[in-house]
Amino acid sequence: MKVPRTRESALFAPRRGDAVTLGPPGPEPVGLGRYGEFGGRFVPETLVPALEELEAEFRTAWASDAFRLEYATLLAQYAGRPTPVTECHRLSERLGVRVFLKREDLTHTGSHKINNVLGQALLTKRMGKQRVIAETGAGQHGVATATACALFGLDCIVFMGAVDVERQALNVFRMQLLGAEVIPVTSGSATLKDAINDALRDWVASVESTHYCIGSVVGPHPFPWIVREFQRIVGDEAREQTREMLGGADPDFVVACVGGGSNAMGTFAGFLETDAELIGVEAAGLGLESGRHGASVSRGVPGALHGARSLYLQDEDGQILEAHSISAGLDYPGVGPEHAALAADGRASYDSATDAEALAGLQELCATEGIMPALEPAHAIGWLMREAGKRVPLGSTVLVTLSGRGDKDAMQVAELLTGETLA
Amino acid sequence: MTLESSLRAARESGRKLLVPYVTGGLGHGWLNIVRAVADAGADAIEIGIPFSDPVMDGRTIQEASQRALDIGATPAGIIDQLAGADIAVPLAVMTYYNPVHHMGHQRFAQRLAGAGVQAAIVPDLPLDELNGWADAADAAGVETVLLAAPTTSDERLAAICARSRGFVYGIALLGITGERTELAVEAGEMGRRLKAATDLPVLLGLGISNPSQAREAAAHADGVIVGSALIRRLLEGGGSEGAAAFVRELREGLDRDD
Ligand SMILES: Cc1ncc(COP(=O)(O)O)c(C=O)c1O
Repeated sequence: MKVPRTRESALFAPRRGDAVTLGPPGPEPVGLGRYGEFGGRFVPETLVPALEELEAEFRTAWASDAFRLEYATLLAQYAGRPTPVTECHRLSERLGVRVFLKREDLTHTGSHKINNVLGQALLTKRMGKQRVIAETGAGQHGVATATACALFGLDCIVFMGAVDVERQALNVFRMQLLGAEVIPVTSGSATLKDAINDALRDWVASVESTHYCIGSVVGPHPFPWIVREFQRIVGDEAREQTREMLGGADPDFVVACVGGGSNAMGTFAGFLETDAELIGVEAAGLGLESGRHGASVSRGVPGALHGARSLYLQDEDGQILEAHSISAGLDYPGVGPEHAALAADGRASYDSATDAEALAGLQELCATEGIMPALEPAHAIGWLMREAGKRVPLGSTVLVTLSGRGDKDAMQVAELLTGETLA
Repeated sequence: MTLESSLRAARESGRKLLVPYVTGGLGHGWLNIVRAVADAGADAIEIGIPFSDPVMDGRTIQEASQRALDIGATPAGIIDQLAGADIAVPLAVMTYYNPVHHMGHQRFAQRLAGAGVQAAIVPDLPLDELNGWADAADAAGVETVLLAAPTTSDERLAAICARSRGFVYGIALLGITGERTELAVEAGEMGRRLKAATDLPVLLGLGISNPSQAREAAAHADGVIVGSALIRRLLEGGGSEGAAAFVRELREGLDRDD
């Protein structure tokens, strides 16, 4: 059946090649960046004026038709939005639930991270700053930032944990090709958390000329708000698209992987007002009981790190613990404050998938659909494979955000599956 | 005696104030270092409570913090050791917000008060987020020292001075802790702005690395805080004697009249 495309019928869904239409802005956090009891601005005094400036700039820009048009045009003509929703017929048949994928892997640079950096690059220009710093875990946010900086002629420095520099060598090279300087971070656990530490240390010294393009819904206010708003296009598009495919209904479950939480928050933002069950899938690493995981909502406690009050993995003295995940992008001992709030009030729930389940998810999606996901969203696929027929009743409709493509992980996966390094 | 009254008295005696920073738990004999620093001419001492993710700190203090954590330093342990230490000058702990939050505002404040620690400096807890902690600190009689930065507007500067207790900490450069070859251009301006805004003791800190820089900075303020330059000497194995010798040099630099 061909569904008529009229706005009135609420069945007008974005399609590839369409212009991008931004939905209305979402709610601002309360007070000084509060989501329930989480959020805030726990930063050195030096940074406070820059955060106030950024907040004011974003508020004005996000209400401005000219800014929104410029951003929407970039999303369409440069990033390749709207991205499609793909129904997975063979996987659905295997699992007994109807699976739909929101295809962020098909954006330019291959992950949802581009949505955020294009917006922040426009803000950087508006603030008259020339230098951009960013942290990166998997390298996807670093690549996206380097891309946007090349596009806008900005200087780009990317902080990346030395461990991640090793396991994501391809993305390091991509960033360098794009003109960015990649600085390996050796302090602490030498992963994403430490890359954020060093980016903040740089920013404290360079704040007058530099914008910190943070890569997830983490950090001090206004970052969690800004990044959610720049990612909400994922959920807004997917809602209209799944409504069209489901004859006006919303999916029963909306599932996304959670590192800092930007692809999940962008997805959830589009479905908060629906009846869909929202599920964030964290990295269970070697298993929650092993202590080697990245499940900050499931196993974290309230604390303050990187500028926000949220849930963090920490020891009995309040020292932050190292996270562990097969995927660099989920290897973070915290989560964005809005997720902490959604978990606290029960609007979203958070579960986890292990390294092994993620790897199985990646293989399964390759084999059944010809789509190689990044290891991060492979956690969401792995979770669904485990929970179909259990937590997710047979016959349910499920939207999974496929936040990025797996090319960056090919070498690592090859090693894990074959025990040999590709030449 | 409070930190503020003690610093005011020292200032009135006509001398420039010297507040060295020592990482708590840095070696099992760290309290001997604190005592040696007190005896060598410190007016007060900052005791660092190490945190796993110290974003305001450069390499030197990061390393000291890590070494202390590696040999088992904990916030409660450090505070409790200070309780029996009988140090001759006032103490302020310097830590990040997470360890405070984790122990709980009230418990942290009461533990400090119980150990005879006068004050606390929490560099990632700016004026706007101060309430929960500052209320508990006030109630326990712990003075909360606030920091002002070169980027702080005049309006905020006034509010920071009004809410700060003990002294006001002027950040003497744009950046994080660590030694510098020269005093930053921001130092003088920071001191002048704060002195014009408040009668509280004004101390400049960050990057002040040797006696001549201490002297230069102190000309614009009531005194200085010295951290990384002292900690480097400890990391290099200088021990309490090395620490005391360096603090004496700083003291002489500040006291010299010419
Ligand atoms: C493809 C992909 N998905 C997910 C993530 C996790 O980040 P977030 O939770 O902010 O979406 C990353 C981070 O690098 C990523 O590259």
